[in-house]
Amino acid sequence: MADTGIGASVRRKEDQRFITGRGHYTDDLNRPGQAYAFFVRSPHAHARIKSVNTAAAARSPGVIGVFTGQDVAADKLGSIPCGWGVTQKDGKPMNAPPHMPLAADKARYVGDQVALVVAETYNQARDAAEKVVVDYEVLPASVDLAATAKKGAPVIHDQAPNNVCFVWGLGDEAATKAAFAKAHHVAKLNLVNNRVIPNAIEPRAAIGDFDTGDDSYTLYVTSQNPHLARLVISAFVQIAPESKLRVVAPDVGGGFGSKIFIYAEECVVTWASRKVGRPVKWTAERFESFLSDAHGRDHLTHVELALDKDGKFLGLRVDTTANMGAYLSNFASAIPTYLYGTLLQGVYTTAAIYCEVTSVFTNTVPVDAVRGAGRPEATYLIERIVDVAASDMGIDRAEIRRRNFIAAIAFPYQTQVALQYDSGNYGASLEKALTMIDYAGFEKRRKEAAGRGKLRGIGLASYIEACGIAPSQVVGSLGAGVGLYEAGQVRFDATGNVTVFTGSHTHGQSHETTFAQIVSDYLGVPFEKIEVVHGDSGRIPFGMGTYGSRSLAVGGSAIVRAMDKVIAKGRRIAAHLLEASEADIEFKAGKFSVKGTDRAKTIGEIAFAAYVPHNYPLSELEPGLDETAFYDPANFTFPAGTHVCEVEIDRDTGVVAVERWVAVDDFGRIINPMVVAGQVQGGVAHGVGQALCEAAVYDKSGQLLTGSYMDYCMPRAGDLPSIEVDTTVTLCTHNPLGVKGCGETGAIAAPATLINAIVDALAPLGVKHIEMPATSQRVWQAIHSAS
Amino acid sequence: MHDFRYHRPSSVDEAVKLLAGKSDARVMAGGMTLIPTLKQRLAKLTDVIDLAAIKELKGIKVEGKAVTIGAMTPHHEVASSIAVKKAIPALAALAAGIGDPHVRHRGTIGGAVANNDPTADYTAAVLALNATVKTNKRSIAADSFFKGLFETALGEGELITAVSFPVVDKAAYMKFANPASRYAIVGVFVAKSGASVRTAVTGAASCVFRCAPIETALAKSFAPEAIASVMIDGKDFNSDIHASAEYRAHLVRVMAQRAVAAAA
Repeated sequence: MADTGIGASVRRKEDQRFITGRGHYTDDLNRPGQAYAFFVRSPHAHARIKSVNTAAAARSPGVIGVFTGQDVAADKLGSIPCGWGVTQKDGKPMNAPPHMPLAADKARYVGDQVALVVAETYNQARDAAEKVVVDYEVLPASVDLAATAKKGAPVIHDQAPNNVCFVWGLGDEAATKAAFAKAHHVAKLNLVNNRVIPNAIEPRAAIGDFDTGDDSYTLYVTSQNPHLARLVISAFVQIAPESKLRVVAPDVGGGFGSKIFIYAEECVVTWASRKVGRPVKWTAERFESFLSDAHGRDHLTHVELALDKDGKFLGLRVDTTANMGAYLSNFASAIPTYLYGTLLQGVYTTAAIYCEVTSVFTNTVPVDAVRGAGRPEATYLIERIVDVAASDMGIDRAEIRRRNFIAAIAFPYQTQVALQYDSGNYGASLEKALTMIDYAGFEKRRKEAAGRGKLRGIGLASYIEACGIAPSQVVGSLGAGVGLYEAGQVRFDATGNVTVFTGSHTHGQSHETTFAQIVSDYLGVPFEKIEVVHGDSGRIPFGMGTYGSRSLAVGGSAIVRAMDKVIAKGRRIAAHLLEASEADIEFKAGKFSVKGTDRAKTIGEIAFAAYVPHNYPLSELEPGLDETAFYDPANFTFPAGTHVCEVEIDRDTGVVAVERWVAVDDFGRIINPMVVAGQVQGGVAHGVGQALCEAAVYDKSGQLLTGSYMDYCMPRAGDLPSIEVDTTVTLCTHNPLGVKGCGETGAIAAPATLINAIVDALAPLGVKHIEMPATSQRVWQAIHSAS
Repeated sequence: MHDFRYHRPSSVDEAVKLLAGKSDARVMAGGMTLIPTLKQRLAKLTDVIDLAAIKELKGIKVEGKAVTIGAMTPHHEVASSIAVKKAIPALAALAAGIGDPHVRHRGTIGGAVANNDPTADYTAAVLALNATVKTNKRSIAADSFFKGLFETALGEGELITAVSFPVVDKAAYMKFANPASRYAIVGVFVAKSGASVRTAVTGAASCVFRCAPIETALAKSFAPEAIASVMIDGKDFNSDIHASAEYRAHLVRVMAQRAVAAAA
């Protein structure tokens, strides 16, 4: 099985249809009688909606219906919920204001959905939308993250005094204070984790399709988690019972987190399809993606690290203000808390940690998970302050990390911030990465570059993340509104093919290939005979979807558990057919055989017997070979590793060129090295984008200045070096595959790695820190003010 | 976009006739600015007159000491023209650096010059090379053509038919591109012809302009060091999230030095 089993770089099954243009994305789908939707969006960041006059729009050619927040209220639709209730430091619940699918009282950000126009064609809907007259009373907007919680700032929600959503703490405040009291040195830093826009290549889209024949709805939508969408739209927005709503997420062109969330648009088109009695399609224009896809990051942080005289970390103190935007998106509250504060141990033995997060509302697009979600923010501040401390104390940056790593023999390791790391070897990946980049020889390269007038720097980051999200009881006790298990179903047909139904969703992750590799490896069925089905709540068991690098660790494990059931049943069928005791049947490489004999049945023969049960133990066993398993993980998984990069800076312009990038990651067992390398490279590109060029910038009035690719800078192939990818392996101890997850690590490791390299390049000029994105202007300013 | 009438004339005369008397009509060259503007509904036109089928507006001629490029010649053709590369290599290199391959196959010199985007590349070449803009009515010297932000000397019903560039001794264009849009944050074109040096700056201000302090210094000595300490007054320069006026002023000198070093 080596060529298509676990560990093989099997070419992706998906590529045939994607590369030949035969994919089926939501916008490719067209339902009979379909009408088109366009949303009227607020041009103001904060405005009272005094009235909405739809009369002229309703008379516009082709218009079928125009709907407002009043219509939504009249039909008693519910609020789009935040699915994670954070308990504040003082024991009170967080302030969670409602988020209605169409704004009725106030618009709270530029892009807020105010009305919907449905027409025969897209252009007619858009023409009519220009005729919807909204009488706005423009209010002062609160846009500045640093000022929104201050007295006198405009209040965005009555339910959130001072625009504060919550003040949350994690760790031992007293012990941390004591650690700082005995410190030999305290390193301090203020830093900004810049706001980013997810920018999936496929814009969001949705088709609501109400069937008058049986009062049921189908929603086709760009989602990473169709069952979660069904649950929210049913149980919270209350459009239909779950049994009357099918959610289909077909091919999805990238998510990066932004398609986890249940947005107003998909709720409204589902509801509207019943109102107009026609399927209703909405596809975002790119400007709408900028104005309505949940943004990411956006933290202001003060961090302090206490060290003893040898550079050992005694204590870490973090104070963060996190932007929620104008409304709480579905998982917004979990990102700067349980996916952030819990990671502040990093890969180090820091003895005491305390973190306080104030999360606030502003008149900006809601902020939620973007690739990494909380963990890039944690890694960035840890790996920056470690570099600052090393520089302050004159200790080599690799050496200070070595002195503080959790030892390879210390696992399981209980952190100061609620997690228990199951396995890892941080020194191994650091040393491998340093060797690969020739860390020891760097000063020679710095000198050589200086001879060419360039400032060369080297930077490294040793990151950890928690993924494989998540043990349901743990997250439930912390405020999650849902369980985070995954479902897998393995169905043989009579002729020996296998169809795998997974609750995970692939939107770039290659599950159709990698999951088939696992099944082929375990069951000994040829790779070509395995199909993976995902994304349709009408076909798959109730699943939680794909985010937080969970698909393989949780979804893959569910498939393994379902295969265990298939093998157990197959063993009983084989025992019957081979007239042997079940205890004597062993299963290997697709064959059930009687121990110590050459009597055997292939799994295909067993499947045939199960579906054509002529010679079959029907009195004790059901026919069929089709098993489902739900897998709830015992713990998170903890991928970790070290990235190192080298940069050269043009002194005259401030342009940063990334010259080399080495990534050494520990993902546990690897199913498909080629796919993993692709994920690492994509993740690094994402992180380089955040560190070098990406930034969502608002003006004081709340207009998004970076609302198109003219101003929002994405990294391009030419901005990146060839990324050298390698791994070290410690297996995850608690899932059956020993896997950890790889989808987000690049985006987690890269910002710290790159900024550390840039600061190192500028260090000879006396520069101590530079904010992200390190644009040429910002770097030039640093050089200019230093010289 | 809003609906409009689409015309595809086969001669300049026909295009001008179609344009006459229609206040909300526009001619379209490559459409690299017009089409996105229409798609974003920032303009509502009654008529779009596409110049793509007018053969007389296309092509490159090198005659004597001049390179004449038809208005509807796409950037890619200029960039890959052996004749242009030989006569004015800096012009071919500039064309090769506009936008991306899609833009270079659709966008035209006439469209770029007529639009006079403050961050366009071609405008710097026209001004620094002292080119002549030929229209259906007259010939306009570069120094009189660019009037301000998206403003030119073109009158009503006047269409660019070609741009004629004199061959110079040495020239080069250096662009500091906006990393997002790849338009020029600052672009500097230097051209030396005998004792005369002309320098045009794009991207920095509301309209392409000649930079006297640099020209004076380079006329004395055509070397990067000659302008190392030239002060560029950036008080009227653009300032935005990508580059402050101060940074742009600095980049003008740096790009000018690099252009001088690269001039061939």
